[in-house]
Amino acid sequence: MKTLTVSVVTPDGPILENSFNMVSCKAESGELGILPGHIPLVAPLSISAVRLKGEDGTVKIAVNGGFLEVRPDKVTILAQSAEAPSEIDVERARKAKERAERRLKTKQDDIDFRRAELALRRAINRLDVVEK
Amino acid sequence: MASLRDIKTRINSTQKTKQITKAMQMVSASKMNKAEQNAKAFVPYSEKIQEVVASIAGSDQDTEHPMLQEREVKKTAYFVITSDRGLAGAFNSSILRSVYRTIQERHKSKDEYTVIAVGRVGRDFFRKRDIPLTNEIIGLSDQPNFTDIKDLTSETVQLYIDEEIDELIVYYNHYVSAISQEVSSTRLLPLTNVAEEATKKSIEYEYEPNQQEILNVLLPQYAESLIYGALLDSKASEHASRMTAMQSATDNANDLIDDLSLAYNRARQAAITQEITEIVGGAAAQE
Repeated sequence: MKTLTVSVVTPDGPILENSFNMVSCKAESGELGILPGHIPLVAPLSISAVRLKGEDGTVKIAVNGGFLEVRPDKVTILAQSAEAPSEIDVERARKAKERAERRLKTKQDDIDFRRAELALRRAINRLDVVEK
Repeated sequence: MASLRDIKTRINSTQKTKQITKAMQMVSASKMNKAEQNAKAFVPYSEKIQEVVASIAGSDQDTEHPMLQEREVKKTAYFVITSDRGLAGAFNSSILRSVYRTIQERHKSKDEYTVIAVGRVGRDFFRKRDIPLTNEIIGLSDQPNFTDIKDLTSETVQLYIDEEIDELIVYYNHYVSAISQEVSSTRLLPLTNVAEEATKKSIEYEYEPNQQEILNVLLPQYAESLIYGALLDSKASEHASRMTAMQSATDNANDLIDDLSLAYNRARQAAITQEITEIVGGAAAQE
């Protein structure tokens, strides 16, 4: 079976580089599934989980924004931060979620509101990746 | 000539100073290695993002984005990276001198520029001279994460998008090697040089949803990553510079101790000789 080389790169260094059969992720415009041989593509990613299907199971990675670059045999995910389930600090994510929820309830000006919303989405995303 | 005890005290205190400078040198050496590794870990990300930005900006379809376009400069922002602590040789002073001179040469009124300062030394310098500061960050860790400075970089890029500033120039110490760092000033925004580099690469991408949307996401990220790169570079330079400074302080302490020991031994010798002469003189007088 054909494979894709997937690398996940962040400013703090590469997170993962390996071969997989399929990449599915959530771009800003909707879900994307990428198989080997895909035409070159660039798409921004939303804060979501990227699922990498390989020979021995599926790997999930929590991606916070960034974008995806596809070439026929290679997929590169450039994110400002990305974590594998084992690297996620559940306790911290849960606290961040509570904090963000609290902040959203006490409605403030727009910028803080947007920030809290993003923080909440990041926290929920992290928890999702760990739990499933 | 100083008394024996005075010299002894000075030797002791120099010895203690030397211990401290030596320890600081070793600490800086290990921090420098770490910082160098961080800077290296960042390279794949920056190369990739540059490649993608270049191929989008360089494609034939007309891509227009405020961050790619030159506009009349009404206000310039200087992003100055210094350290929080001193004892790093010329690390801070050479940066600040260079920025200060540029500001004096280029601008007549305070409305024409603003400074974004990283590091306590830089912040205090600009405050003292009454130079407008838009943003400042102090207490940055020695191994900064991207998340640590995310707020600062995005606020800075946002200033440009909101047209509060029309130009962004970064001043930092570029890490050439462990013993050499040079002051480097780069004009980050607008990103005018991206399109020129693009022509070499010829991968045609599909864009989802379209180029404009992608540029909106990508360019701020790209600019942020450039600032982050400069910070990492500067951190490596800071530690290298401190290491060299402490190395020469240790060497100087060694020289001083050598000189003082020589003086001490001479003084001791002189005292003994004098004592002998006194005894012999005394004995001669008895006869």
